[in-house]
Amino acid sequence: MIEFELTPEEEATIAAAHKEAEELLRPIARYYDEHEHESPKDFIEQQWAQQRSGGGGMLGLGVGAALRIEETCWGDAGLMLVAPGSGLGGAAILMTGTQEQQQRFLKRYSEGEPKWGGMAMTESGCGSDTSAIQTTAVLDGDEWVLNGEKIFITGGQRAMDESDGLVVVWATVDKTAGRAGMKSFVVEAGTPGARIEKVENKLGIRASDTATLILDNCRIPYENILGSPEVRKVDSGQTAGFKRAMATFDATRPIIAAMALGVGRAALDFIKEALEKEGIQIRYGAPRHKLTAIERDIMDMEAGYKAAHMLMLRAVWMMSQFQANSLEASMAKAKAGLVVTRITQKAVEMMGPLGYSRKYLLEKWMRDGKINDIFEGTGQINMLIVARRVLDYTRDQLK
Amino acid sequence: MVSFSPSEEQQMIINMVKEFSTDHLRRVYRECDESGIIPADVIDTAWEFGFISTSIPEEFQGLGEARSSLTGALIAEELAWGDLSIAMHILCPSLVAIPLVEMGTDEQKSKYLPGFCGDRFKAATAALIEPRFDFDPAALSTTARLNGGDYVLNGEKCYVPLAADADLLLVYASENDCTQGFLVEKAATGLEIMEREKNMGIKALATYELSLKDCRVPKGNRLGGEDGCDFGRILNYSRVALSAMAVGVARGAFEYARDYAKERSAFGEPIASRQTIAFMLAEMAIEIDATRLMTWEATWKLDRGEDATKEASLLKSYADEMVLTVTDRAVQILGGHGYIRDHPVELWLRNGRGFATFNGMAIV
Repeated sequence: MIEFELTPEEEATIAAAHKEAEELLRPIARYYDEHEHESPKDFIEQQWAQQRSGGGGMLGLGVGAALRIEETCWGDAGLMLVAPGSGLGGAAILMTGTQEQQQRFLKRYSEGEPKWGGMAMTESGCGSDTSAIQTTAVLDGDEWVLNGEKIFITGGQRAMDESDGLVVVWATVDKTAGRAGMKSFVVEAGTPGARIEKVENKLGIRASDTATLILDNCRIPYENILGSPEVRKVDSGQTAGFKRAMATFDATRPIIAAMALGVGRAALDFIKEALEKEGIQIRYGAPRHKLTAIERDIMDMEAGYKAAHMLMLRAVWMMSQFQANSLEASMAKAKAGLVVTRITQKAVEMMGPLGYSRKYLLEKWMRDGKINDIFEGTGQINMLIVARRVLDYTRDQLK
Repeated sequence: MVSFSPSEEQQMIINMVKEFSTDHLRRVYRECDESGIIPADVIDTAWEFGFISTSIPEEFQGLGEARSSLTGALIAEELAWGDLSIAMHILCPSLVAIPLVEMGTDEQKSKYLPGFCGDRFKAATAALIEPRFDFDPAALSTTARLNGGDYVLNGEKCYVPLAADADLLLVYASENDCTQGFLVEKAATGLEIMEREKNMGIKALATYELSLKDCRVPKGNRLGGEDGCDFGRILNYSRVALSAMAVGVARGAFEYARDYAKERSAFGEPIASRQTIAFMLAEMAIEIDATRLMTWEATWKLDRGEDATKEASLLKSYADEMVLTVTDRAVQILGGHGYIRDHPVELWLRNGRGFATFNGMAIV
């Protein structure tokens, strides 16, 4: 039955996350935006304690988890990414690892000191075209030897340098096999030959570190490969290794959409509050011709938010039902990335000099929100995926 | 618990209506648009589904099933996918039946509801829109004044579907600056149905202007009697119905353009292989889905008896824009062929443009 009522547990989760966003994240949001490479230690400790007591990591499979992430990002998206946990690396392990691997790699995220996890996909020569990966993995005895350079790893520094974490590295075991040769490997912190070389300076989400990982004859145990080591050369393009990478995206993209929506709603709430202080109420039922330009803008922004929100909820719900959601995940991600960009940019414009000023968080949200239209597949790549799906086209038919 | 899955019964209804739309509406819609006439057998066949009588209580000879705007929206989308004019014609009696079921007095219900439960299609309609650019449902120019034991109605209405055939009209008028509904029987003095309107789209649907000159109706004919009606709620039922229909029209246009783009070759490959076309289709698909999901949520809220003015209003303006964009893109994807009446996309664009005008012309 079509139903939109949240369970009491979900309601409670959201309320708690909102309170935390207001009391914990908002007060320090500006500081860690201005002090880009500093770590919010108290926040990290608090989050870690919460996670260990069952508060959950970044990636949950359900509606409640997605809405919690939305609330946290309403507080601050950069800080949300700094919260310790297995992160995208954990998502990849959950989606592609065996039970034994999940136990071996993810256990650390519920014990000891705070830890982070990352995913290393992008290289300087390939972003969205993940099949063009140059990093190699060669089997040598009972070890894989990894060589290459990975960039744009969210939380990479905290995963590898500041904690006993791990990064899931995508590499090819056979360049001639194309996508079929692409495999993922778990590289744990402290592994010789793996080092963080650089941390980027970014437009937004500055609290979160974005790192470059150098793999220089980095040797990892044979058992650290996720999924099957077998290379099946299938020319149609949809092959086991690549499919698994994409399955990870099906799980993470709706979550990115939720993150985007949190930032978008922060901007919307901010501007609505500002208008309310001036005695301006949005007249929802009024006919279009009677509305002021401001009312129209706000309503367009709200409707856009709602549209993206429903797409996000559907994608997350499908995931929780173990339904294939590749199309819906990309729809949600493409729409939410666009919506947060538009809402935050419009909000800055509407607030005039107050919008542009660093005295308020609005300009920061515009910078923070933009990442959602880029990472985990740009808006354009997601449009391409949607297009292929609705046309029932292969990669060759629609490039 | 959140769920996006229609119930088994709803899925059955969707499939059934889709099949009906495919077999009947899609077979005749172009001819109907050209001639302005909908074959009676199509309407009669639709009547047999009991779209109207299902939610009329048993004591008034209906089937007495719980009314659901959400289920109504599912039906409206499928019918509008078949054809908007015919869908509006089929569902037109609900413009009176639903407000009666929800807000009518016992007397009004027993007098009028059994009429909707007969074997043949029963034309009944509502008159809300007024012929002025700044039409506002909350501030109507048509007035209702109590005079002795009667209400006296004065004003002009337009876009009143099936007015010439309807025995019963629900006329909305401003009473002390508040919009109320008045049940006007065809024979009422002072009610004049003018000539059939000529519109850009929904050409198969017969709509009329009408004028009310000191039109007198008994006091007891105010919808809801002493309490009156909750017009805001009726308007929300309309907003969600039209949005569902907009999704149906847009979906039809999207599917046609998608199939065409895969067939049509240019520079040695299907035009759908070009991103400029493919991305248009992707965007259309996303916007259609988003609007449908928003419709589901707003109707779900209405079904719970909550106020959904914000949701329904945001949805309606989003849907108005969406259906216009999608149908326009469909014409664009077909290029010159899209402009020719051999293809249906120009019809859908004309129909799609109307949603911003159709306030109150359908409710679920």
